[in-house]
Amino acid sequence: MPDPMRIRAQAGADNKATVRVLMAHEMETGQRKDAAGKIIPAWHIQQVSAKLNGKEVLSAQWGPSVAKNPFLQFMVKGAKAGDKISISWIDNRGETRTDEAVVT
Amino acid sequence: MTRIPRIAAAMLALAAVAAASAQQSPAPKSSADGIAEYRAMLADGNPADLFVAKGEALWKTKRGPKNATLERCDLGKGPGVVKGAFVELPRYFADTGRVQDLESRLLSCGETLQGIAAAETAAAPFGKGEQANIEALVAYVASESAGMKFSLPQGRAEERTMYELGKRAFFYRAGSHGFACASCHGEPGKRIRLQELPDLTKNPGDGVGFAAWPAYRVSSGELWGMQRRLTDCFRQQRFPYPGFGSDVTIALGVYMGVNAKGAASTAPSIKR
Repeated sequence: MPDPMRIRAQAGADNKATVRVLMAHEMETGQRKDAAGKIIPAWHIQQVSAKLNGKEVLSAQWGPSVAKNPFLQFMVKGAKAGDKISISWIDNRGETRTDEAVVT
Repeated sequence: MTRIPRIAAAMLALAAVAAASAQQSPAPKSSADGIAEYRAMLADGNPADLFVAKGEALWKTKRGPKNATLERCDLGKGPGVVKGAFVELPRYFADTGRVQDLESRLLSCGETLQGIAAAETAAAPFGKGEQANIEALVAYVASESAGMKFSLPQGRAEERTMYELGKRAFFYRAGSHGFACASCHGEPGKRIRLQELPDLTKNPGDGVGFAAWPAYRVSSGELWGMQRRLTDCFRQQRFPYPGFGSDVTIALGVYMGVNAKGAASTAPSIKR
């Protein structure tokens, strides 16, 4: 199973919360070669989705240009302390990871 | 309103701006400032946190032939005490009869508590297999002492001997280029390209030099402990591979750690 994400969600002014997510992923581009000269196959996150209390608030399609161990930060309207933020990703191997955090 | 006063007002405003900027006299930003700014931007999402989380889970997971956790591991402050242990390492351990740094101590704990052969782990390539676990554990243990000040014990003869050994290794010139650690880290104000080099013969300050490792290296996406940092210093000096957890690497750790007394640890930090 993939390593867990680190999610921090902080409620701020104007009924908005800032969400910071660190994902553990190799994000291999498919452009690099190994020591033997063979191409290292692409392996990266393709879809990211964020939910606030079960309702999707962000969805993204990612490609090979996103860095290793990606960091994602966004603001979400209407999130207050105690709300649940859940983040999921699916990579091109079909592996997936979902983690949850409570807005503080 | 006519056109002239408006231009005059604009000129006055310009003059005010000019005066303000002359007062502040913006000094040209040094490369170190630039790098510091870059680190500050990255610090909020330091991927070292991922290694810390992995390491904490590993610490509490039953593993190895003995199916045990590392929670009884003695890092110098008693079995199972992690907080504050990092800023007092390397130190002497009576059970192994050696001065050990964090990595070599984790190897000992892995062997005695979990039955994971220390020699095998030490021989594994960095970032692979059991070595990848060591990196995560190092990040976790260091994170539990973040912000604390280095204070390595020097009460025992073995610890003082290691300091002297480390000092000699630090100034020992060898290899095809006649390098010593001191060639780059022996005086303040030196740099390699844009990278400023800390003076490791004394306390270079909070979170600099010895107090900045383990760290996540953005350029390679890896977490480096002091062992890996030193191995790469040896490579840059065209020295042979010193061996993971070898006495010379630990001695250099004691030398730098004692010199850094009072410096606050920022580990696991972030490096470009």
